[in-house]
Amino acid sequence: MVDTATPPSRSRDLDKLLLRPGNLVGPTFEPGTELREDLKEYVKVLVVGAGGLGCELLKDLALSGFRNLEVIDMDRIEVSNLNRQFLFRLDDVGKAKAEVAAKRVMERVSGVNIVPHFCRIEDKEINFYNDFSIIVLGLDSIEARSYINAVACGFLEYDSDDSPREESIKPMVDGGTEGFKGHARVIVPGFTPCFECTIWLFPPQVKFPLCTLAETPRTAAHCIEYAHLIKWDEVHSGKTFDPDDPEHMKWVYEEAVKRAELFGIPGVTYSLTQGVVKNIIPAIASTNAVISAACALETLKIVSGCSKTLSNYLTYNGVEGLHTKVTEFVKDKDCLVCGPGVLIELDISVTLRKFIDLLEEHPKLLLSKASVRHRGKNLYMQAPPVLEEMTRSNISLTLYELMDKVPKDIIHVTGSTRRDDKKTSCLRKLRVVFKGVEGVTDMDMAGGA
Amino acid sequence: MIKLFKVKEKQREIAENNNGKSPVKKQSAGELRLHRDISELILPKTCTIAFPNGKDDLMYFEVTIRPDEGYYLGGTFLFSFQVSPIYPHEAPKVKCKTKVYHPNIDLEGSVCLNILREDWKPVLNINTIIYGLFHLFTQPNYDDPLNHEAAAVLRDNPKLFESNVRRAMAGGYVGQTFFTRCT
Repeated sequence: MVDTATPPSRSRDLDKLLLRPGNLVGPTFEPGTELREDLKEYVKVLVVGAGGLGCELLKDLALSGFRNLEVIDMDRIEVSNLNRQFLFRLDDVGKAKAEVAAKRVMERVSGVNIVPHFCRIEDKEINFYNDFSIIVLGLDSIEARSYINAVACGFLEYDSDDSPREESIKPMVDGGTEGFKGHARVIVPGFTPCFECTIWLFPPQVKFPLCTLAETPRTAAHCIEYAHLIKWDEVHSGKTFDPDDPEHMKWVYEEAVKRAELFGIPGVTYSLTQGVVKNIIPAIASTNAVISAACALETLKIVSGCSKTLSNYLTYNGVEGLHTKVTEFVKDKDCLVCGPGVLIELDISVTLRKFIDLLEEHPKLLLSKASVRHRGKNLYMQAPPVLEEMTRSNISLTLYELMDKVPKDIIHVTGSTRRDDKKTSCLRKLRVVFKGVEGVTDMDMAGGA
Repeated sequence: MIKLFKVKEKQREIAENNNGKSPVKKQSAGELRLHRDISELILPKTCTIAFPNGKDDLMYFEVTIRPDEGYYLGGTFLFSFQVSPIYPHEAPKVKCKTKVYHPNIDLEGSVCLNILREDWKPVLNINTIIYGLFHLFTQPNYDDPLNHEAAAVLRDNPKLFESNVRRAMAGGYVGQTFFTRCT
């Protein structure tokens, strides 16, 4: 007989992963109810993006036992989102994605708490991001990924022997889709390649020569880009084109149609215009579901240790049949964003001039003619003359003063170095630590990239 | 892998570490690469660079070109450069701020230079672009026109083209279009 008095626990399936030991678990896995409860109570997950991937991610994470979620997205809901961003309804059009998505998931999954943030990722203080155990990305731009990556890697600290300090690691899980293709990757700063280590993976954007657009258009896309890049400026002197303004888009579409008629080119439609101008590739609901599922699983694995994690880049291709593959990319050991940089200990009396000389003698650097940048400020620039002049007065000041008397920080230097008897230019990250200043321990920051 | 989730301990530690330390705005990898490009600039003597937003903002700058030969000898042409945070994955956006009668620059300041669009590669740099722009003034090219009429004149009647350029640079009309003096 079925026992109806005690319904099966909602975490029944999850329990199979979290309560039992196994052969495939991570090295630090400690199965038990405590782990399950800790996951609910202490783990905070940030989902970046509440669009196609974000909706799936919030649902998947909530159903995987995470209780404390936050979501950040600057967009409002549009009609064209509704086919796949399944948390949204027609009535929601115009509302903030993050707010509606959080509300809908909380209504359906009891016990989960989702805090929405309707703003740009850059609007948040850096420390906002430090509050989370793990950050999951459902984004569609290189720029936004690069930003979150720089923030998360900025929390990473290295010991004096250049090994990452575990408690400073902010792992990320990054998902991305384009039509029938997608990827899921795990970024554990200090251990696996960060976004910047592998930025070369992105193919260059397709750009048409302006003169082709102006002179010899051959495709519908050429006509659209002509209206967008050339005709717009000609007619709207000084007014910036806003791809999110339907009036602007309509204008570009109409101009593109005229252009296409003039050259006898078929195929200009309003949706193609949006696609070309905003660089949109039609999104497929199922691709988002597959990629998001992979990301949610990796999140659970990283947090709980219940299985070895993806190592470290999964690609999925559903264009023809189905192909999926995992590639283990390697870190760039000199990565300016996630790498340790070269540790340099200095007396607080060292002037910038002396410091630049020291770099030339430093065995790991041998860097001559260094230009120095600290937290977005140019302390000294060797060239061009206009900047050299503007920064020249700094070189007799102490570096300690110039770095606002912080006990330790990251600086970046550019100069030339000798390799195989050839001078090559190089850009290096340095961890500067001032000797004898209060607050310095044997570790220091890797961040600030 | 690492022992990531001693969650409780970690939370306590982060709370302790966090007292008051709030880092400023993140520097993008693009800014750092640009820092290198700028600190290694070797400009021809016909070109100068300026940073209107001060010494720390390198992402926007202006380049002035004063050609020392060719049709445009004696003119002064100002270009603005806007560099993206994902530079060098993406080429800088370059506009000519001086209205110029030129086959490869339109009256709105758009510039047809292959390395700014279809042929941009991350190994190229700011120096390459500046040389490319300089080259446009010494060798205007009627095969890839943006200013259709100017290109046709250069191709069919170089003498007339030369006098049109002179007239535009001195400040005056070429056809229906007025150009401000730039000499």
